[in-house]
Amino acid sequence: MKAKIKVTLKNGVLDPQGKAIEGALGSLGFAGVNGVRQGKYFEIELAEKDKANAEAALKSMCEKLIANTVIENYEIELA
Amino acid sequence: MKSAVITFPGINRERDMLLALEATTGVKPISVWHTETTLPDVDLVVVPGGFSYGDYLRCGAIAARSPIMADIKAKAMKGLKVIGVCNGFQIITEAGLLPGVLMRNADLHFVCREVKLKIENNQTFFTNKMAKGQIVSCPVAHGEGNYACDAETLKRLEGEGRVVFRYAEGSNPNGATNDIAGIINEAGNVIGMMPHPENMIEPLHGKMDCKPLFESLIAA
Repeated sequence: MKAKIKVTLKNGVLDPQGKAIEGALGSLGFAGVNGVRQGKYFEIELAEKDKANAEAALKSMCEKLIANTVIENYEIELA
Repeated sequence: MKSAVITFPGINRERDMLLALEATTGVKPISVWHTETTLPDVDLVVVPGGFSYGDYLRCGAIAARSPIMADIKAKAMKGLKVIGVCNGFQIITEAGLLPGVLMRNADLHFVCREVKLKIENNQTFFTNKMAKGQIVSCPVAHGEGNYACDAETLKRLEGEGRVVFRYAEGSNPNGATNDIAGIINEAGNVIGMMPHPENMIEPLHGKMDCKPLFESLIAA
């Protein structure tokens, strides 16, 4: 089973990297970029066959390591 | 004062810290590799600075889950003194020993320079030889020292005098909330700070402003 995990900064958390990318897009001539937020994307291969078990394991992985829930949200997608 | 300094792969300030502890407390600290599962019998553990695991995932995130950290966490709950410096601050924060998070410096630049540090709380085991409000010089060297936490945590840290070190006015190198450079936990036995006091304790460092911090450990 394959999982896709998206980790994004919570609303209101300053994202200096996103700001730098926004600035660079502007200097490349892309007008009308109103904001950039940078996040992370993970693909995880699981031996688990049961969807509910996999979801529970992935949630625990996100809480314990993949995301820092002080500043980040995570979304899990199971294929 | 028996102490241990933890080394993770990618840490690079452990020797400075070992030397500083020995020079100031007169007792040779024990160097501990991260794969150990049990700490030696010590009064203090220092998690030094560097770039553990190349800052992969988030700075300090992988080191915070290494075998030795489980024992450090368990013993810190029972009162073991812990100091995290720079990457060490990031590691113990990721491990949940201190609240909040160290984010990318607000201007995105790695800062490596001397800053002015204000001692906000001199009633801790690492600052008791300092005066409250005293301003000292101390080097910083980090790309992710921008301390952030939620509003409620910030209110508690400030209200309970748990901001131990603050960048003096005009000295904030990273955009940290309320100029926070170092904090202590509620129980008073875990301190984390971004600046490097181990690099300002002997004449060759140019200044010795931070030597009293280490001398505080003897009395603690």
